[in-house]
Amino acid sequence: MKLTLHVWRQQNAGAKGGFETYEARDIGPDMSFLEMLDVVNEGLIKEGKEPIAFEHDCREGICGSCGMVINGNPHGPKKAISSCQLHMRTFADGDKIWIEPWRAKAFPVRKDLVVDRSALDRIIQAGGFISVRTGSAPDANAIPIPKENADSAFDAATCIGCGACVAACPNASAMLFTAAKVAHLGALPQGQPERYERVRNMVAQMDAEGFGYCTNHGACQTACPKEISIDFIAQLNRDMMRAFFTSR
Amino acid sequence: MQLNARVPSGPLEKKWDKHRFEMKLVNPANKRKFDIIVVGSGLAGASASATLGELGYNVECFCFQDSARRAHSIAAQGGINASKNYQNDGDSTFRLFYDTIKGGDFRSREANVYRLAEISSNIIDQCVAQGVPFAREYGGLLANRSFGGAQVSRTFYARGQTGQQLLLGAYQALQRQIAAGKVAMYPFTEMLDMIVVDGRARGIVVRNLATGELRSHVGDAVVLATGGYSNIFYLSTNAKGCNVTATWRAHKRGAAFANPCFTQIHPTCIPQSGEYQSKLTLMSESLRNDGRIWVPKQVGDPRKARDIPEAERDYYLERLYPSFGNLTPRDVASRRAKEAVDEGRGVGEAENGVFLDFRDAVTRLGREVVAERYGNLFDMYRQITGESPYEVPMRIYPAPHYTMGGLWVDYNLMSTLPGLFVVGEANFSDHGANRLGASALMQGLADGYFVLPYTIGDYLAGADLSAVDVSHAECRKVEEESEQRLKRLLGVNGSRTVDSLHRELGSMMWDNCGMSRNETSLRETLSRIPELRDEFWKDMRVTGRGRDLNQTLEKAGRVADFLEFAELMCIDALQRDESCGAHFREEHQTDEGEARRNDEQYAYVAAWEFTGVWSEPKLHKENLVFENVELAQRSYK
Repeated sequence: MKLTLHVWRQQNAGAKGGFETYEARDIGPDMSFLEMLDVVNEGLIKEGKEPIAFEHDCREGICGSCGMVINGNPHGPKKAISSCQLHMRTFADGDKIWIEPWRAKAFPVRKDLVVDRSALDRIIQAGGFISVRTGSAPDANAIPIPKENADSAFDAATCIGCGACVAACPNASAMLFTAAKVAHLGALPQGQPERYERVRNMVAQMDAEGFGYCTNHGACQTACPKEISIDFIAQLNRDMMRAFFTSR
Repeated sequence: MQLNARVPSGPLEKKWDKHRFEMKLVNPANKRKFDIIVVGSGLAGASASATLGELGYNVECFCFQDSARRAHSIAAQGGINASKNYQNDGDSTFRLFYDTIKGGDFRSREANVYRLAEISSNIIDQCVAQGVPFAREYGGLLANRSFGGAQVSRTFYARGQTGQQLLLGAYQALQRQIAAGKVAMYPFTEMLDMIVVDGRARGIVVRNLATGELRSHVGDAVVLATGGYSNIFYLSTNAKGCNVTATWRAHKRGAAFANPCFTQIHPTCIPQSGEYQSKLTLMSESLRNDGRIWVPKQVGDPRKARDIPEAERDYYLERLYPSFGNLTPRDVASRRAKEAVDEGRGVGEAENGVFLDFRDAVTRLGREVVAERYGNLFDMYRQITGESPYEVPMRIYPAPHYTMGGLWVDYNLMSTLPGLFVVGEANFSDHGANRLGASALMQGLADGYFVLPYTIGDYLAGADLSAVDVSHAECRKVEEESEQRLKRLLGVNGSRTVDSLHRELGSMMWDNCGMSRNETSLRETLSRIPELRDEFWKDMRVTGRGRDLNQTLEKAGRVADFLEFAELMCIDALQRDESCGAHFREEHQTDEGEARRNDEQYAYVAAWEFTGVWSEPKLHKENLVFENVELAQRSYK
């Protein structure tokens, strides 16, 4: 296959970026999307040019490092996968592919397709945990947890923190990311003591980081490689209401 | 260099208790006077940083990923072992200890392994309290499964994402300490070298990967939690960023490297599909519970799997090991797959795999049950290969996965360089010559939550350290050395890419120091590695600048270290003139092709002292004493 790539290149956060065009030649259908970029980068290095910077690590869809907008879709055209799991058999010979970084005020571009997502860590720091000192835990079976609750907690906890939800959202809101953690910990008995303080603090941090508000577009759910449901956003809103009426 | 394992005296089951009592404590009010540097934020690094922060120490934690949550522990699928005996099926601390020692083919230290088994239960308690959503039964209690051929169900799991959930638990505990001001986190920051002052590890030189800036960080102790070195093979199941740099740099500054040739090859990975391949993907070992492994009897059989009649298939594991069948341990299953492919009976277009067939499972259980058990894995497989395992058998082949070798540590997890502690996969301590499934997560968290926080206190309480700050001459010197090295990498300006050289090293190591080894090919490889290293420094090309986000430069630094480390791996494999666990020397096998150990001469840990890049390393032996188990030949017939 031969493809034409239009790739966003930007030296750093302050610099002006723009699209550059590259030819990707000898691309096989079994290659992953990132392997296709590897091939292009090898070519650039041989020409003495700087390769396209992009993040990646596990390349099996679990670490959440990779993330790029491919032809307008975060993580590309296929559902329920991250960029590293996209394979070239999805494309046809001669296709034109547009590749851009996540675009959001809270995710400044570091270089090319690499953005700074540390704002997501700071949302977790604001309350996305259960305060339990090492060594102070009771026996693991001391508190039975109904299977449905455990399963629901798990569904929310599969978030890989890639930021696709933010990139997909017209408001660049981090609501799905935040809600997933609030719902994960809120579904478990261990998470109850800090439940309302947690949601208050995490949402406040989300706002402080410059993420937008949620207006129920649902684009986040469509883009999410782990198919995390926007039902969790409804749960977050419910908890927010309760937190509002609960005195501290 | 002296190896002193500092194993406490007394009966096995009392050693850790006794040791905990005998260790010196740091007064709670004094803990804030100590600064600890932790490199790595996977299970071991995150759990250690969080726990040390809770105790009151000042911690600085570093990782090269853009967030602590992305460390490669996250990719572990199967589960975590603990001897809770919730299933009432006869498990106990001693049984987990025994299985681990035996699984490691009697090349690990009894006292360490027993402590690991003892602590395993506390880990599960801790993780559940943090909100880790382990699988549960309908009654609300925790579910277990048997894993990797264990005869008891002691594995706790969270679907196929156990590593992710455990890491997020540790990551959240770490974030809590960051918010509390006890841990300063430095993501997107890579350790380039170690700072040693008066014979003690006192700091590190790091590069900010966003800006390229170099900086020293100093403290009272340094903890490495930097994972394994499987990426020396280029193709492995490890994340692309995994590397040997931190441990290799520490080794060059005085920490002994133990058993580097013990590398685990995982039997169920998706075979390579082309030259461009950047990594291999693991398919959980649990698939072997219901899948049947086979190859055609006939060499070079051109037919499709479904057209090969039953009588012309060779279910070789079931044939060779009737009692364990498809569930033989990883090293055995891997070697037999290689054998089948080497005989020319490999399957797939490149004839580089064996079949893992679910036809019979679908017939026996129905498609729905199979989907429930393995649906996500089947989807993942189809995503990568374009084939559906419900219709055609999976193709699998072994791939490098985990490294048992690592920096040598004593019972306190301290290396031979005082003040340098090593936890998780980065150390050599608990898995001997072969690791059992679901034991890596257990060890990482045991070290980080429950061992290191005690033992590091004992060191700090008695160390009497001089004050060191970043203006110290040694910091300046190491920074300058790191700077010069980066300049050298940027200045080669040759014609080959770093990846192409890494690929060449990888395939050389895979062919000669991979699943099986022999003296002739090891010697030959040892003569070829320096040539490749030469070529790297003469003909490699890094574009861009040093003071910038430069991923090619990062890669080049890591590959440069792999090119030095490769020799040590081969020297170690050559020196160990026996077969044991994952280390299979073709010269030493039984008539049936099984590994033949030599306990008389090789029941020791090989700990290597660095003497220079171009000179032979010095071997130190820690003799392994077995007082509680009898050394037996492993048999899975």
